[in-house]
Formats: sequence, C-alpha cells, structure tokens
Amino acid sequence: MTDASLVVTDLRVEFSGFVAVGGVSFDAHPGEVRFLIGPNGAGKTTCIDAITGLAKGTGSARLGEKELLGKQVHKIVRLGVGRTFQTASVFDELTVLQNLDIAAGRHRSALSLLRTRRGVDPSIEQALEETGLAGELTTPAGILSHGQKQWLEIAMLLVQDAKVLLLDEPVAGMSQDERTATGELLRRIAAKRIVLVVEHDMDFMRRYATRVTVLHQGKVLSQGTVADVQADPKVQEVYLGTADAIAVGTPNRKED
Amino acid sequence: MTKPRTTGPKPWISLSGIGVFAVLLLAVAPLVLTDHWLNNLGKYCCWAIAAVGIGLAWGRGGMLVMGQGVFFALGAYSMAMHLTLETAGDRIPGFMVLYDPLAPLPMFWEPFRSAGFTLLAIVLLPVVMAGILGYALFKRRVKGAYFAILTQALAVALATLISSTIRETGGDTGLSDFKYFFGFVLNDPANKVMVFLIAAGLLIVCLLAVWQLYRSRFGELLVATRDAEERVRFLGYDPANVKLVAFVVSALMASIAGAMFVPIVGIITPAEIGAAASILMIAGVAFGGRASLFGPALGAMAVGWGQSSLGSTWPEGWTYILGLLFIVVILFLPNGLSSLPSRFPGRTRPKPDVPPTPAIAAAELEEVRA
Amino acid sequence: MDALIAPLLNGSAQGALLLLAALGLSLTFGQMGVINMAHGEFLMIGAFAAYLVQQVITASNLSIPVALPVAFVVAGLFGLLLEVTIIQWMYRRPLDTLLVTVGVGLILQQAALQIFPSQGVPVEKPGWLDGQLNILGYEWPLRQLFTILLASVCVAALSAWLKYTSFGRRIRATVQNRDLAETSGISTRTIDRLTFFTGSGLAGVAGVAASLIGGTNSQMGAQYIIPAFLVVAAGGIGQLKGTIIAAWAVGVALSYFAYWTTGSLAQVLAFILVIVFLQLRPQGLFTVRTRSLA
Ligand SMILES: Nc1ncnc2c1ncn2[C@@H]1O[C@H](COP(=O)(O)OP(=O)(O)OP(=O)(O)O)[C@@H](O)[C@H]1O
Ligand SMILES: [Mg+2]
Repeated sequence: MTDASLVVTDLRVEFSGFVAVGGVSFDAHPGEVRFLIGPNGAGKTTCIDAITGLAKGTGSARLGEKELLGKQVHKIVRLGVGRTFQTASVFDELTVLQNLDIAAGRHRSALSLLRTRRGVDPSIEQALEETGLAGELTTPAGILSHGQKQWLEIAMLLVQDAKVLLLDEPVAGMSQDERTATGELLRRIAAKRIVLVVEHDMDFMRRYATRVTVLHQGKVLSQGTVADVQADPKVQEVYLGTADAIAVGTPNRKED
Repeated sequence: MTKPRTTGPKPWISLSGIGVFAVLLLAVAPLVLTDHWLNNLGKYCCWAIAAVGIGLAWGRGGMLVMGQGVFFALGAYSMAMHLTLETAGDRIPGFMVLYDPLAPLPMFWEPFRSAGFTLLAIVLLPVVMAGILGYALFKRRVKGAYFAILTQALAVALATLISSTIRETGGDTGLSDFKYFFGFVLNDPANKVMVFLIAAGLLIVCLLAVWQLYRSRFGELLVATRDAEERVRFLGYDPANVKLVAFVVSALMASIAGAMFVPIVGIITPAEIGAAASILMIAGVAFGGRASLFGPALGAMAVGWGQSSLGSTWPEGWTYILGLLFIVVILFLPNGLSSLPSRFPGRTRPKPDVPPTPAIAAAELEEVRA
Repeated sequence: MDALIAPLLNGSAQGALLLLAALGLSLTFGQMGVINMAHGEFLMIGAFAAYLVQQVITASNLSIPVALPVAFVVAGLFGLLLEVTIIQWMYRRPLDTLLVTVGVGLILQQAALQIFPSQGVPVEKPGWLDGQLNILGYEWPLRQLFTILLASVCVAALSAWLKYTSFGRRIRATVQNRDLAETSGISTRTIDRLTFFTGSGLAGVAGVAASLIGGTNSQMGAQYIIPAFLVVAAGGIGQLKGTIIAAWAVGVALSYFAYWTTGSLAQVLAFILVIVFLQLRPQGLFTVRTRSLA
C-alpha cells in the first residue's frame, strides 16, 4: 500500500514548563509491528498525541515527505494517520455498521452525505471479516464487549484507510484469547501498513513486537529488537525490581 | 447521562406519520376548525417550524441554541417590513410619521419594498448570519454552555436593539396593522386560510427535510459529532463543518417560522424574539423530545397552545407550569414525551441503556469547561 | 478630559457589581461545572432580603450592613435547597442543569412577582452613601465606591477562604480530581453543597448591592445573569483573577459605549466585544490546562 515510513526526530512536548517528551526519535516502517513501551508517565501517549496533532510538539514527525507537526488534527488524519485511544472511544449510540460507515466516509463528497446508506461498502465488509465483527453489524457499539470495542476501533482505522495505525494500549483489559487474536490481527494488517503499539503488557510485546522503543521520563532509553531491549541493563533498572517482570511478563497493570 | 435516542422507528413509519400529520393539518383542520382556532393553529405551526430546527441543532447536534429568537426575528422583521411598506403604499409608514413627520424612510427599509428581495432576505439573512456566527464559534471550539449562553446573549442584544430603535423598527410596540400579504387582502377569510395552509405546508416540508437528514449519512455523522466530537475529528472530519450545517439549517427554519408568524399573528414585537421567547421555543422541544422527529414539532404546538390559552387567562399559573415543565422533563424525561412509549415494558425495543464510559463523561465535563 | 474620566469611574462601579454577580457563578460553574441560570434570581432574593430587613430595622444606616449577611445566608439557603433537591442528580449532565435552572428561575421570578408589588419595592439607601468623595480632583459618588469596596471584600474573603481554610483546600482537591478526593476521605457531597451555598450566597450579597443602585423587582435577576456569565467565560473558568479583570473590562466598556452611544447599543456592542474576544482566546483570559479527551 505504501512505502512511506514514519520518522520522528527530536520530538519535544512541553506542558507549561513540564517536559513530557524531551527529544524523542524513532522510526517505523511498513511491515513491522513497532512497540513503544515505558513506565507510567513516560510520555508514550503524549508522543502519539503530538504526532496526531492533539498536543503541540516541536521537532519533526514525517510521514514520507510530509511533515505532520503543526497541522490540524483532521488534516493529519487525511494524510493517513489514524489512532486509537487509551480508553475505547466508539460512538456508543450508533451501530457497528454506522460506526464503520462514518469512518469510511471521509472520502465521500459532501452531497453524498445527504443520501441514505444503501448496502455495505466492500471496504467495511473486509474490515469486519478481518476483525471478526461480521456478526455484530447491527449491534449498537455501546453494548459490545470491551475487547470488541477495541477491535471496532481498529476496524474503523482499516476502513478509514489509515497508512499509519497508532494504537494506545490496544489489549488493555482483554482476555488471553482476545490478546492472541489481536496480536495476530496486528501482524496481518502490518503487512501493508505501519503499526505502532503502545503497551504495558510485556508478554504481548514479546510475542508480537518486531522492534521496540523504550521511553523513560520523556526520553528514549533503549531501542532495538525485543531481545536487545530485554538485555539492556538500563531498561532493567527502570523497571526496577521488575527486571524479572519483563522476563516473566507482567499481568496487565491497569484498565483506565 | 441519558443520551437522546436517535434510532427511531423504520423510515416508512415516520414517513407515513408525516403523511397523516399533513392530512390532518392541510385537509382536516381547515374544515373542522373555526377561523379563530385555525389562526391559532397557524401560529403553533410557526413555533413548530422553529422547533424542528432546534431539534436538529440541539437534539441531534448537541448545540443548545438558546437564541433562536434572533433568526426568528430576521425572518419576522423582513416580512413585517415588507408588509408594512405594502400597506403604506407610497407613503412613509404611519408609526414613523408619528415620531418625525418629515424624516425619510430609513435606508435599510427601501429594498424591502420588493417582494422578491424580501423572500430572498428571509432565506439568506439567517443563513449568512448563522454561517458567520457558527463558523466563528465552532472553529474556535466554543461549545456546550458557552455556546448556549452566547446565543442567548445575542437574542437579548437584538431584542434590546430593536426596543431602542423606535423610529426604525417600531420599538417595543413592534410592527403591526398589515393589510396586504403579497397582494392578498389579509382580512379576507379565504386568504387567512391560504396563509395558514402555507405555514402548515412549510412545517410539513421542514419535517420531510429533517426526516431525510436524520436517515442520511449526515444525520449519523451529526449524532457522532454530538456524542464524541474529538473522535470525529480523528476520523478525518472537521466537526465544525458538520455542526455548522445543522446550525445554519436550524437558523433558516427559525427565520421561515418568523416570516409566517407575521401575517398569521399580525404583529411582531421584541417580546416575541427575546430571551424569554427563545427559551419558550426550547421548552416545547424539550417537552416533545429533542432528538425525535415529531417530538419538537408536537411539543412546540402543545407549549404554544398553553402559552396562548393559559398564558392569557391564567398567566401566573402558566409561568409556574412552564417552570415545572423544564424541571420535571429535563430531570426525569430527558428525551421528552417521545421516549414514553419505550418506557413501557413490552413495547421496548431491544436497546439497553448504555452506561456512560468515563471517557465520554469526562469529555462531556470538559465540554462545559473547555 | 472630565468627560473621559466620568465613565471610567462609573464603569468601575458597574464592573464591581458585575463582579459580585459573577463571583458566585464562577464558583459554581468553574468549580462544579454546574450552570445555574437561577443565579440571577438568587441575586433578586438577596435584594428582596435587603428590603425585608428594612421592614424590621427601619434605620437604613443600620439595615444595609445587617442585610448583607442576611442576604448571603438566605440566598445561600435557596442555593442549598436547589442543590439538594435537583442539582445533585444532574452532575453528569451539565448542559441540562442549565435548562432545569431556567425553570427554577422562572418559578422564582413569578413567585416574587406575586409576593411583592409588581412594580418592585424601594430599598432605602443609607445616608452615609449619599455623599461624594474627592479623590485626585474628581468627585466619586460614595455609592459607587461602596460597590467597589464590597466587591473587593468579597473577592478577598473568597480567595482567602479557598486558599487557607481546610474547606477551601478540599474544594480545590475535589475540583482537581473528584474520584481521588473521594477516596482520600473527602466527602464530596458536603463539598458540593458548601460550594453551592457559598456561590448562591454571593449572589445574595450582589443583590443587596444591586438594590442600592437600581430597582428591586422580579425582573432584576434576569438582567444580570447573561452579562455575569459572559464575564465568567471571558475571564476563564475557575480563574478568580480572570473574572475580576473581565468584570472590570466589561463594566468600563459598557460605560464608555453607553457614553458614546446609547445604553441599549452599548449592550449590543459589549456582547460583540465578548464574542470577538472569545474568538481570540476561546479559553478566556486565563486557562487551566487540562487533558481533554482521554
Ligand atoms: N495535557 C497535559 N498537561 C500536563 N501534563 C500532561 C498532559 N498530558 C500529559 N501530561 C504529563 O506528561 C507525562 C507523560 O504522560 P503520558 O500520558 O504521555 O504517559 P504514558 O507513557 O502514556 O503513561 P501511561 O502508561 O500511564 O499511559 C505525565 O507525567 C503526564 O502527567
Ligand atoms: Mg498512556
């Protein structure tokens, strides 16, 4: 689909003096499942916020030739950058189909918005297959299970035709089976896209990460393959006393 | 938070509902009602037209428009100026002569001699004004209570302005004593029926318009924007544009309502457009059910009936009822009377009330504070 | 020169009155997210309380100082009643509190209209407010100075209360993180009630001040609510200093506009001013940065 890579260089985000992200650089290429990990407050979400225009950052974040920083949120999205949120946010009132239809709609002309939907877009059907939500077409999104909501969010990114998927804790609160399903899903969709995952679940990270960046207090602590990162003494120190936690895999820490 | 219901009955049921409503208003009402009541019904139809627009903006779009009186006024005063000039013929309107027998007609009155210009103004003035105001506010993400209060402030400001420009607008006494309506003698009972039919017809047209809007993709997008504006932004839309369209359409409906109000009621004063009047328009919508198709229109007619019957025979009581109506409906029945049927067991559609997610609740709070 | 200074003095007093009216709103809206449209009617209640106090203590020199705390308590109790009966069920539906309190306001207005003469009641101004004070060569009406002084005292008391008392600290804790406050043993219910009592009480004090300047009638509250809210919006939510500056600015602007044009045109212009201002700074003068949208 695309060969463009996401290249973040020297990203800095400040909140009235407090440096949440202080000069972070990393890149992500199509075909890999890129992980961003780090302790609470490390600045992972803030990185994503900056890339997607929700937080104001300096430095640079390029998708191929295009600079993302400084653009408006919806314009960044139109360049093909999609994201999910730490808390599943789908439109509870609308059905799964309606949710997806809205996500698919940004290519439609203004006039066609005034017409009623007839049938289901092929891209939507494909995304439903992909995420295993095909049976829930007419279910209001609000009554989906927690895991299904997160899948719906991913499906929305797929129909939205995002080239870059930034996923903030996509498996938080999922059962083991659901995690595995999600991991496989990410692997599949990463074939043609850039997938960047923020996670706390080390086990999940170990199973599916192709490359990992560890953030700590707004800075990159370590970068490399799962093995590289796990071997890094600095990383073990940060996860102090949790050095084994990394090895053993921590149970999921929180569900906010 | 109880979200207004949005998934209504099947489209053809709503459509035949509109059909039945149309037959009742356009065919049955003129046959069975006395002139007096038909005229009253015409007045309620005007309020209902404005209410349909409020339902779109507030019920579906989440924008609490507390100053629809402004757009009502644009339509009403455009129409009233034209009818006043039509009545006055070549002379200066009587009320102006009273204050200053020699002064010429104010500049901005002049174009309203033309029927075409007047009709154009009724449509374009609210569109332009709501367009500018909405663009300015929505792009800067002014929403929630701020938006509500700002629109209400605008209504207060406009009413004050009109009250104080006695010579130009008739001030508190307003404009009245219209004899002709685009060449038709207003006193003629047959013409009165015609004016009623126009108002009722416009109400049906507005209902059809929102019926299509609600079932269109735009309608879904609007609801999505209402419930999670930021999320919509992250799907690549600019929510400001979505809201702008709904706001402009609702302003247009308010203006049309105002324009028809003038020949039916025969007078327009600042009291009909100020803060209290704007709130009255909200009352009907809340009562009937803000997000439903028929709720706003029927609610507005009910409140309109209360206002013009109880309001004149028992004003104290009516104010208390109105106050209680706000409290009881908003507190216990946020989706208005239209949500009553689904509250009875056996008739419920399988749609459990979804508890709000913290994110949405937080975003909502943010909405008032941000 | 004189012509330019007079509206400034006048506007400062007008701003002080606006500030008094906005102070309580800023507390209940800024700290609790509740939009109380009946705030204007609480102001009216304060004004009527002043009138009733004068029926008992006929010496107006004495009655006004007595009326201030009385109005505070009476309006505060009305606020408390409102919180307990209605508002407490609606914290999750902020926009709807606006409409519910519109209804409450309507009822209070109508009740006032029936209890008191419809043309309003006279509140006697104390003799010591009649004079003028000569400062820097200009005559300052004492009445205006009194409003400014009263507003200053209220602001000082409120900010001291928020800053130094344990109740104040708990209010701020509740605002910043309600759940955390609750788990650390703060009864957020008590805090909510107290905040609402205080906010409404301040409206009562504003009502006494208003009764000394304009008429005391059932409609008086409705005049203040919109400008007061605009002041809160322009000042920035939960920002006392922003509210102060905005109130003063709006007061002075109104007064100059009225001087150059007419009273009603001034209102329109002031409104446009606030809209334009909110265009430039949608968050108001001062902002607390929060992380919207998790
Ligand atoms: N809008 C904001 N204003 C002030 N500080 C902020 C804001 N957003 C984030 N922060 C701070 O920036 C730091 C990084 O936060 P961030 O949410 O990016 O961490 P994270 O790595 O995603 O943590 P978690 O694993 O808990 O989600 C934190 O200390 C946080 O308090
Ligand atoms: Mg995070």
